[in-house]
Amino acid sequence: MSSTTTNIKSGAGDSATGSKLDSTTGGPGTSRRKGGRNAAGRRYRIDPVYYLFLIPTLVIFTLAITLPAVMGFFYSFTDSIGFGEFDFIGFTNYIAAFSDPAILASYGFTLGFSLVTVIVVNVISFLLAVGLTSKIRMKVALRAVFVIPMVVSGIIIAYVFQYLFSNSLPAFGQAIGFEPLATSILANPELAWLSIVFVTAWQAMPMSMLIYIAGLLAVPAEVYEASSIDGASGWKQLWTITLPLVAGYVVINTIITFKNFLNAYDIIVGLTDGGPGTATRSIAMTIFSGFEGGDYAYQMANATIFFIIAVALALLQLRVTRGKAAL
Amino acid sequence: MSDTTTKLPATPRDRSTRKRRGKYGRDRANWPITIVLVLASLTVLVPLYVTVSMALKTTQQAVSGSAFSLPSPLTFSSFAEAWALTDFPRAFVISALVTVVTVAGTILLASLASYAIVRNWDRKLFRWSFFYLLATMFLPFPVVALPQIKLTGIVGLDNPMGVALLHIMFQLSFSILLYTAFLRSIPAELEESAKLDGASTWQTFWKLIFPLLAPMSATVGIFAFLISWNDFMMPSLITSDPAMQTLPVLQSMFQTQFSNNYNVAFASYLMAMAPAIIVYLFTQRWVMSGVTQGAIK
Repeated sequence: MSSTTTNIKSGAGDSATGSKLDSTTGGPGTSRRKGGRNAAGRRYRIDPVYYLFLIPTLVIFTLAITLPAVMGFFYSFTDSIGFGEFDFIGFTNYIAAFSDPAILASYGFTLGFSLVTVIVVNVISFLLAVGLTSKIRMKVALRAVFVIPMVVSGIIIAYVFQYLFSNSLPAFGQAIGFEPLATSILANPELAWLSIVFVTAWQAMPMSMLIYIAGLLAVPAEVYEASSIDGASGWKQLWTITLPLVAGYVVINTIITFKNFLNAYDIIVGLTDGGPGTATRSIAMTIFSGFEGGDYAYQMANATIFFIIAVALALLQLRVTRGKAAL
Repeated sequence: MSDTTTKLPATPRDRSTRKRRGKYGRDRANWPITIVLVLASLTVLVPLYVTVSMALKTTQQAVSGSAFSLPSPLTFSSFAEAWALTDFPRAFVISALVTVVTVAGTILLASLASYAIVRNWDRKLFRWSFFYLLATMFLPFPVVALPQIKLTGIVGLDNPMGVALLHIMFQLSFSILLYTAFLRSIPAELEESAKLDGASTWQTFWKLIFPLLAPMSATVGIFAFLISWNDFMMPSLITSDPAMQTLPVLQSMFQTQFSNNYNVAFASYLMAMAPAIIVYLFTQRWVMSGVTQGAIK
């Protein structure tokens, strides 16, 4: 940080003169003339203190985020094991990754679990939002309770559920004589993923719910009154009036939750740690395995593939939210 | 979109319908929905209840009894044991340090950068910086994790400070989006009059703008707090010295070494979770508004 302040020597010192010039061209960003020119057509002088506000952050960000990203991309074309000498091997890592059963399985698991959880979360949080915006008692208290999952640590609540799934749920399964639940579902390769869906949905629900509540509150009450007069009520009103009006929020929630679930890590570590075997290993867990196993460059190729998927989703999100803002 | 309701003109007719609704509608609470929601809230409350009740049980009761049974006799010794096992005071201080640095750093860096960006939007450097700093929206931590582990090790930041630094960097996109949206709505006349009075940009920011940003800073700060306090992924990978680990990471010790001391484990879980829940209870308003602002703006 000290190096950046010396770069802009004039820093805070002569800010008075700078700001005087600046104020003549003033105005918030949007209303300023393009190209940073004043009325006379000359480029105005910017108050140097603005650089002091911005540049330290840019430098730290570049070192902490951009540099590692570029490094990772660079190493993905090598055979580095994380230290020592290495050679360039072109796209070998990428080609190998596409036919690696461990990597393909982690993508299959993560995408499949994400899709299911997105649907579960959106259906439940939408219904909760509808309930919490209707004429109910204890509205404030109930809403406060439903937001709690968002504020607890993912790994710790996963440990709590791990205990419930491996002790309480089998006891319940034995009591009612239901075979699949009689043993811990965490040890069952076929069912372990359901526990991850459950806890992930449990924790992701509040955020979607709050977004749906905002969407529902933006629907003018007159719309409901008009449809009530027309005889629509209850479920019919929900399907034909409410849902189409909050369609934009459904899209936003779908993308936000899907993006978050693709990074799944904490909850899986707490519940199954990727097991039994490798049945519930997420993409993040596979990438992190490159830290120990000498697969450094190989997992960097995996990370780059993952990055491309994340960018595609983020662009989709921007497109959708921009489009909605224009409505 | 959220302000469509406020945009509707408040005609006299409008007011009359609102009154009508109050007369017939609001008094009649929808009890079936209330009951369904109360039952649904048990999915949130039961795991929390189990955590508290298990923590208050004796070891014998925790191992043999049902998770849902009430603790009898009540015992607080598991807290003392968990306190000693996790070296709670040290872990708490490390977690608190990471969180405080993250919150302060996020508010400081994001508000300063946002102010510079919005006021110099017609300069390429500032305009491009805006999009550049939003890049973490596109860049999940797992993508850059391996090089970051390596780099933090080289520069001696494989410790809680390195974790806090990365927490700040990953919070920037959300925080800058919130700050810039708010700053664009502040009229320039306000600042111009301050500058005519001889205030420098530096003074204008701290005396005029930063106080105006307070509600945004509350939201930004609370989200930074929640992300930082609850995180497991970054500290577990970045911090190399196990003695410097944060509270969530330390809880893994109950998975192996002390796997049958359920009461001690749950006491430890409770002590690690409680601060976030307490902060939430006092800041609900900002937590709830922050989610919607972050998603829609």
